[in-house]
Amino acid sequence: MTDTVYQISHLVHVPRRHYGRMVAAALVLAALAAIAHAFVVGQIEWSYVGEFLTVPAIMTGLVNTIVMAILAMVVGIVLGVVFAIMRLSDNPVLSYTALGYIWLFRAVPALLQLLLWFNLALIFPTMGIPGLFSVPTVEVMTPFVAALLGLGIQQGAFTAEVVRAGLLSVDRGQYEAAQTLGMTRLKMLRRIIMPQAMRVIIPPVGNEFIGMVKLTSLASVIQYAEILHSAQNIYYANSRVIELLIVAAFWYLIVVTALSLIQGRIEKYYSKGAAPAADTK
Amino acid sequence: MDIRTTAAADDQNLSPAAPLVVAADVRKRFGDNEVLKGIDIAVPKGEVVCIIGPSGSGKSTFLRCINQLERIDGGAIWVAGELVGYRRDGNFLHELTDAEIARQRRRIGMVFQRFNLFPHLTAIENIIEGPVQVLGEKPAEARERAEALLARVGLADKRDAYPAHLSGGQQQRVAIARALAMRPELLLFDEPTSALDPELVGEVLGVMRDLAGSGMTMIVVTHELGFAREVGNRVAFMDQGQLVEIGDARKVLTDPQQARTRAFISAVHK
Ligand SMILES: Nc1ncnc2c1ncn2[C@@H]1O[C@H](COP(=O)(O)OP(=O)(O)OP(=O)(O)O)[C@@H](O)[C@H]1O
Ligand SMILES: [Mg+2]
Repeated sequence: MTDTVYQISHLVHVPRRHYGRMVAAALVLAALAAIAHAFVVGQIEWSYVGEFLTVPAIMTGLVNTIVMAILAMVVGIVLGVVFAIMRLSDNPVLSYTALGYIWLFRAVPALLQLLLWFNLALIFPTMGIPGLFSVPTVEVMTPFVAALLGLGIQQGAFTAEVVRAGLLSVDRGQYEAAQTLGMTRLKMLRRIIMPQAMRVIIPPVGNEFIGMVKLTSLASVIQYAEILHSAQNIYYANSRVIELLIVAAFWYLIVVTALSLIQGRIEKYYSKGAAPAADTK
Repeated sequence: MDIRTTAAADDQNLSPAAPLVVAADVRKRFGDNEVLKGIDIAVPKGEVVCIIGPSGSGKSTFLRCINQLERIDGGAIWVAGELVGYRRDGNFLHELTDAEIARQRRRIGMVFQRFNLFPHLTAIENIIEGPVQVLGEKPAEARERAEALLARVGLADKRDAYPAHLSGGQQQRVAIARALAMRPELLLFDEPTSALDPELVGEVLGVMRDLAGSGMTMIVVTHELGFAREVGNRVAFMDQGQLVEIGDARKVLTDPQQARTRAFISAVHK
């Protein structure tokens, strides 16, 4: 009964052809080539890009961008943690105050907040403690301070929600086990709850940090000398608009790439003990 | 709040014979649901009391009231002669602050049904966390004691494992070691073996048997009637928020006096 119909081992095997994929790849490559060609033949003096990439003004702008992103993020995280804990407090005054803060500063656009802080002198010409000291607001509200307050405070409102979600993600049994050991509320949050909440908090905060690096460019409108502002100052003088914008874009790419790498490391650190297989030392 | 003053309550410096735990008319309600309807019990030092009873009868709630994970609505509890949750000053009862409640909890260890080990800490780090962070012990000293405790629960080789890498039985034994590291005067167990596969129950009960043998005062909520009979000095049967029957372990389990106890025990044995 060994019919020859069932003998197939001598036949030649022809792999399936993915014509669809080939067509798609060809189209995408053609499009990329067209874009590249456009940039090569376009009115971009690439030599200027190279020349201005590392000039002192751009370097200072880069440092200012990084400094502002880090400081604003620190302000944001500190405010975020404080307001998240307040939001979860049993004390209704604390809880509703936190709710109001989050509501207000998430709703008002960041650019508008920067302008408000920068122009604070229009409402409060002087600031200080009555009878003790007082200074003109314009002297305090430098572009740096206004940008830091504007960006940090609105970041705090976003971070507070992220931190709150992180705190709520920790099992109730963890709170009870910590209380049973006789921990006070703050110690419990610091030693037991926050380290576990971090796993939930880090990825979105990492993304927001990256967002913050780019958000610092808004500070150019209030004359803070971050990288975009520096690039603009140069092209106002030499009219090499596109070249200098490319310089700025290049540095944003570098900074954001570095941050993504760091974020991966931190996520790994806080996944300690998370799942079997996860601890590879 | 109505406090029934017992002899133990008035005496701040208890004699060794005085009970370690006294509950007097303890009441607790969740909304309209009265979960504890006046619990009275006294547990002398070194005794093992097993609480049995149907689901929802209030066993966990009573344990949680003892270390203030729940606040009681009536009656009073004393542990080692100290009124739980309040400071008495003449005819006034002052509610304790969070820090004072935390201090009262230190002497009461609790072992949970679902272990509740800290997942971001290794076995040994789980054990030294309390002594170092709460009691202010030196890390080296705490570590040494933790190693001894791990050896005592038979897990010396698992000191650096994270909880996720341990079996349920091993996790529960680490949890017991963590409670012991605080040098508690009283240990509360809430169904410590209910979340375990049957073949792992024995290793946890074994550790608890050793503890009982060493003179630890224990209140154990359990469905393991065999353990209750063998290790428990007394067994209390709880039903619908009341202690229906309490007495010598063997006597209650083999010859219960109350019809409800009898029905429960024969149902469990089926
Ligand atoms: N936090 C809470 N809020 C509202 N009701 C609760 C709460 N905790 C417990 N209860 C209710 O109190 C009653 C007693 O619960 P408890 O957990 O003490 O029972 P149990 O005897 O331990 O039961 P089991 O054997 O199932 O663990 C139940 O009706 C339960 O629904
Ligand atoms: Mg229970």
